Amino acid sequence: MLHYIGKRLLHLIPVLFGMTIIVFLIIRAIPGDPAQVILGQQATAEAIAALRDSLGLNNPWYIQYFDYLKNIVTGDLGESLRTSRPIAAEVWPYLAATFELALFAMLIAVIVGMNAGIISAWFQNSWFDYIAMIVALIGVSMPIFWLGLMEQWIFSINLEWLPTSGRQDVRDPVTAITHFYLIDTLIQGRFDQFIVVVKHLILPGVALATIPTAIIARMTRASMLEVIRSDYIRTARAKGQRMFVVIYKHALKNALIPVLTVIGLQTGLLLGGAILTETIFSWPGIGRYLYEAIGYRDYPVIQSGILIIAFLFVMINLIVDVLYTAIDSRIKYN
Amino acid sequence: MSKKLWSLGLLLLFALILVACSEDGTDETSTDTETEGETTETSASPQVLVFGRGGDSTSLDPAITTEGESFKVTKNIYETLLNFGEQDTTIHPGLAEEWEVSEDGLEYTFKLQQGVKFHDGTDFNADAVIKNIDRWKAGTAEKFYYFNSMFKSEGEDIIKEVIAEDDYTVVFKLSRPQAPFLKNLAMSPFGIASPTAFEKHGNQFESNPVGTGPFKFVSWERNTSITIEKFEDYWQEGLPKLDRVIFQVIPDNTTRLQNLIKGEIDLADGINPSDRASIEADAALQLIERPSMNIGYLGLTNTRPPFDNQLVRQAVNHAIDKQAIIDAFFDGGAEAAVNPMPSSITGYNDEITGYDYNPEKAKELLAEAGYDGAEIELWAMPVARPYMPDGAKVAEVIQKNLADIGMPAKIVSFEWATYLEKAKNGEADAFMLGWTGDNGDADNFLYTLLDKDTIGSNNYAYYSNDEVHELLVAAQSETNEDVRIDLYKQAQQIIFEDAPWVPLAHSTPLLAANAKVKGFLAHPTGSDLLSNVSME
Amino acid sequence: MAELIRDLPQTVEQDKVAGPWKEAWRSFKKSKSAVAGTGIVIFFILVAIFGPMLAPQGINEQNLAIRLLPPSSDYWFGTDDLGRDVLSRILHGARLSLTVGISAVVLSAFFGSLLGIIAGYYGRWIDTVISRIFDIMLAFPSILLAIAVVSILGPSLRNALIAIAIINVPNFGRLIRSRVLAIKEEEYIHAVKAIGMKNSRILWRHILPNSMTPIIVQGTLAIATAIIEAAALGFLGLGAEAPQPEWGKMLADARMFLLNAPWAMVFPGVAIMLTVIGFNLMGDGLRDALDPKMKN
Repeated sequence: MLHYIGKRLLHLIPVLFGMTIIVFLIIRAIPGDPAQVILGQQATAEAIAALRDSLGLNNPWYIQYFDYLKNIVTGDLGESLRTSRPIAAEVWPYLAATFELALFAMLIAVIVGMNAGIISAWFQNSWFDYIAMIVALIGVSMPIFWLGLMEQWIFSINLEWLPTSGRQDVRDPVTAITHFYLIDTLIQGRFDQFIVVVKHLILPGVALATIPTAIIARMTRASMLEVIRSDYIRTARAKGQRMFVVIYKHALKNALIPVLTVIGLQTGLLLGGAILTETIFSWPGIGRYLYEAIGYRDYPVIQSGILIIAFLFVMINLIVDVLYTAIDSRIKYN
Repeated sequence: MSKKLWSLGLLLLFALILVACSEDGTDETSTDTETEGETTETSASPQVLVFGRGGDSTSLDPAITTEGESFKVTKNIYETLLNFGEQDTTIHPGLAEEWEVSEDGLEYTFKLQQGVKFHDGTDFNADAVIKNIDRWKAGTAEKFYYFNSMFKSEGEDIIKEVIAEDDYTVVFKLSRPQAPFLKNLAMSPFGIASPTAFEKHGNQFESNPVGTGPFKFVSWERNTSITIEKFEDYWQEGLPKLDRVIFQVIPDNTTRLQNLIKGEIDLADGINPSDRASIEADAALQLIERPSMNIGYLGLTNTRPPFDNQLVRQAVNHAIDKQAIIDAFFDGGAEAAVNPMPSSITGYNDEITGYDYNPEKAKELLAEAGYDGAEIELWAMPVARPYMPDGAKVAEVIQKNLADIGMPAKIVSFEWATYLEKAKNGEADAFMLGWTGDNGDADNFLYTLLDKDTIGSNNYAYYSNDEVHELLVAAQSETNEDVRIDLYKQAQQIIFEDAPWVPLAHSTPLLAANAKVKGFLAHPTGSDLLSNVSME
Repeated sequence: MAELIRDLPQTVEQDKVAGPWKEAWRSFKKSKSAVAGTGIVIFFILVAIFGPMLAPQGINEQNLAIRLLPPSSDYWFGTDDLGRDVLSRILHGARLSLTVGISAVVLSAFFGSLLGIIAGYYGRWIDTVISRIFDIMLAFPSILLAIAVVSILGPSLRNALIAIAIINVPNFGRLIRSRVLAIKEEEYIHAVKAIGMKNSRILWRHILPNSMTPIIVQGTLAIATAIIEAAALGFLGLGAEAPQPEWGKMLADARMFLLNAPWAMVFPGVAIMLTVIGFNLMGDGLRDALDPKMKN
C-alpha cells in the first residue's frame, strides 16, 4: 500500500511540472496587459511602461518562467499584481468558502443520492423508482446556472424563504477563524449565526449538488441491483431480516466502491466547477477569484490558483484510489 | 457504515432544513436585536449602513490607487485640503479653512483647520501636509499614479515646494500656473494620511489606512466587505451620524437589488436603468440619481478608413438615433450628448446644437464622401459602466442604425482588458467607450480624451488637430477664467466639425436605498461622503 | 497460414459488424427511454433545420416599443429587452446550440481518437507523453481551461466551440487508448501482425472499426455536456456574440430582468435542458444496446 501511494506521488511530479508550463504559456498567450488593467482606463502610456518594468513583465518569458518555478519550488506562491498581497495569505478564505460549499453539496448528494438509489433498487420498477430515475435524468441534464437562477427566483424572491446570495448576514458578520463559517460559528457558540450560514448554503448547495446527486443515485441503484440479486442477499431476505438492516449492513458495503469513485471524481469537479454557482450566488469562492483574476490578467494569481486547484484535484483522486484499495482488497495494483 | 450513521446523517440534514425554513418566518430585524440588543439597552440600536457595490477596493491608500471602488471607501477615511461641493465639483474648505492665490498664480497659501487629529492620535498640522506631499513627490509614476498625472508635466513637478509658514499655514510654490490646481487638490487621491502611520506601515499602509475622516478603518475581508466605524474624536461636531458602515461586494446588479429589496443591504450602487420603475413603485425603497459627470461615446478611429474621412464621420453622427437608445437602455435617465463633456462643466459650449438624427442627410454625406459600402467592425463594450449600462445592446441598435444608411457593421467584442488594449492600439474601426470625470474640469475631458498628446493613452480615437492642441494647452495654464472658457468653447467648435466621435449620452447613474436611509447625497465623482447619512 | 489469413479477418469483421449492430438496434428499439431520447433529439434537429422558417418573427427585428412583454397569444414566449420575439430566437438558437455541441464533439472525438490510437498502439514513450498530457489536461477544472482558451482566442461562438473541443479531447483519448490496448492483445491482431500486415493497415482495418462503439456512445453523451458547456460560456459572456440568439447568452441577458420579466429566463433554460435530456437518453440507450459492458 505504501509503495503504491509512493508511486502515485512520484507520478504526480511530472504532471504538476507539466501544469506549471501549460498554465504559464496559456496565460502569456492571453492578450491584454496586466499593467493596463491595474492602472485602469485613466492610465498614461509612461505609467504603464514603468509598471510593466517593475512587475518584471519586460523580462524574456523564460526568465519569467524560471523565476516563477523557483518561487513555487520554495513554496512561494507569489504576490497578486492587483492587490500586491501574498497569494498564500490571500487564497485561503476563498478556498475555504469553496470547500465549505462543495462539501455541503457533496453531503446533500451523498445522503439524497445514495438513499434514493437504494430505495429505487429495492423497489425496482415501482412508481418511486420511475420518478426517482426521471428526476435523476433531469438532474444530470440540468444547466446548473439556470437552476441557480430559478432557485433564486422561486425560493428567494417569491417565497422569501432563503437569502439570495452571499455566505452570511452582512450586518452580523461571522468572526472568521478557520474561514469555514459552519465551524467558526460553532466554535464561538453562535448558534444563531450557524443557522444563518446554513440558510445561505442551501440554495447554492442544492444547485451544486444536483449533478452529483443524480449520478450517485444512478450508480447506487445500478450496483445495488446487482447486489440485491446475489444469493447472499436473497438468503438474508428469506431469513426474514428487516429490509433496513439487510441493505445497510450487507448490500451497501458492496455497492460502495463504484459510488466512492463517483464521489471522489465529483468532489474534484465541484472545486473548479463551482465558478458558475459562485457567480450566481455571489459566493466569495476560489472559482470566482480565479475568474476575476483572468479578467484582471493577474498572472501570479491565475498561475498559483490553478495549480492549487489542480493539486487538490489530483490529491483527492489519489485519496479515493487509496480508499478504494483499502475497502476492496480484491483490487490489486502493481 | 452502520445504519445509525446514515440515518443520523439524514436526520441531521432534515433537521437543519426544517430549522432553517421555520426560522425564516421571523423578521431580519428580530435577529439583529437579539444579538445586539443586550449591549445597548438604553440608547437606540447602533446606526449601521450596509452599502452594496459591484467590486472590492484594491487598496485603501488613496494615493496609490486609481480605482473608483477604492475611493468610495477612502473618501470616508481621509480628508483632502479642499472639498468638492456636496453634489458638484465647486471648491469648498476642507482641511484647509481658507486659501489665497498670488497674482501670478504661482503661490497658494492655505490656512489649516486647527484641532484636527488623525485616527491614530497624531496631530494634523503643516508638518503632516508637507510629509504627505513629500511622500507623493518621492514616489514613482506607477506607484503614485494620480499625483504624477495631475501635478507633473513632462517629468517636472508642478508643485515645486511646500513651506510651513507656521504650524497651521502652508505655502505651495508652483513651477508654472495650473488652472485646475485647486480642483486637483480636492480629488480623493490627495487625501491627507497620518505620517506616523504611513512611516510605520510602509508597504502595508494600504491595508491599515489612517486619516482624519469621519470614519476609521475596522476590517477588510477581501472581496467580501470592508467595515469602517465612527471616529469619536472627529473634528466636525455631531458628525458622522452613523456608527458603522459596511461596504459589501455583490458583483451582479440584479442580485444586489434583490438584496436591497430583502433588506440585507441598505444602499445599492449600480442599479440597472431598467429597474427604475419598479424601485420608484416600491414604497420601502428610494431611487437616488447620481449627478452626471460622464460621457458615453462611439469612437471613430480617425486614422482608419472609412473614418479617416470627415464626411463619413459626420454621416455616422447623423445616422445614430441617440434618443431611442437613451429611452430604451437608460430608461430616459440620460441626456443626449452633443459635446465631449457634460453641460455642467464650466466651459461647455451650448451654442453647438449637434448633429440631428437624419438618415437621409447621412446617406447624402456618405455618397459625397464616396464611401464604398465596405463592412466596418463595430466594437461593443463587454462590461457595464455607469456611462454605458448595456454596451452590447446599444451596439445592436447602432448596428441597425448604420445598416439603415447603408453601412454594414459587424459587432465584435473582446474581454475588457483586451478591448482596451486593442482599442488603444487603434485596431478598432468604431468602438464604444466612455469616461467619468475626475475633478469636473474641462481639461479632464477635452485634453485627456482628444488632444494629440494623449494618443496612446486616452485618445482612443486617434484624433489629432494642431489647432485644438494649441487651444487646450493654452487653457491649462490660463488663470483668467473668462479667457479660459473661451478657449474651451473654440476647441469644442472645431471638435464638433471634425466629429472624431459620436457623443452618445451623459448618463445619470442610479442608486437605490432603503427608505430609512436619510441624508445620502450621491456625488458626481462616484465617491460619496457618508458623514451626513443617518438611518431613521 | 494461408487459412488463417483467409479466415480470420472476415469472420471477425462480420461478427463485429452485421450481427451485433442488428442485435443492438433491436435492443435499442425496445428501450422506451432510448426511443424517447431519440425522439427529442430528432425534434430539435428538425427545429434546427426548419426553425427559422417556422419562426413567427425575425430574430433581429427590434421594436423598442414592445420591450419585455410577458407571454401572450402574439408572442408565445414574450419579448426580450430589444422587443424581439423570444420564441423566434429560441427556434433559431437550436441551430447554434446543436451545431456547437455536435461539431465540438466531432472535433474532439477525431483528435482524441487519433491521439488515443497512437498512444495505445505504439506504446512506449509516445504513450507516456500523450498520456501525461491527458493527465495534465484532466487535472485542470475543465470550465477554467475553456475560459482560458476563449480568453486567448477572443470570445465568439467559434472559439467557444474550439475550447469545448479541446477540453473534451482527453476523455476520448483515454477511452480509445484503453480500447486499443485491449484489442491489441486479442489473438487476431497478433495473427495479422505475424503475417506482416502494415501498422497503418492494422489500425485502419481492424482497430479503428472495433473502437467505434465506445466513440459513438461517449460522443452522444458528450454532445449533451458540450451543449451545457457552450451555454455556460455564453452565460459568462465568453461565447456567442450579439445578436446571435444563443441560449446561454439569452439567459445571461434575461438575468438582468429577473425582477421585471422572469419569463424571459425560463424558456432558454428549458430549451437547453430538453435538448440535453434528449442526448443523454439517447446516449444511455445506445450504451445499453451497443456496449453493455460500459454500463459501469
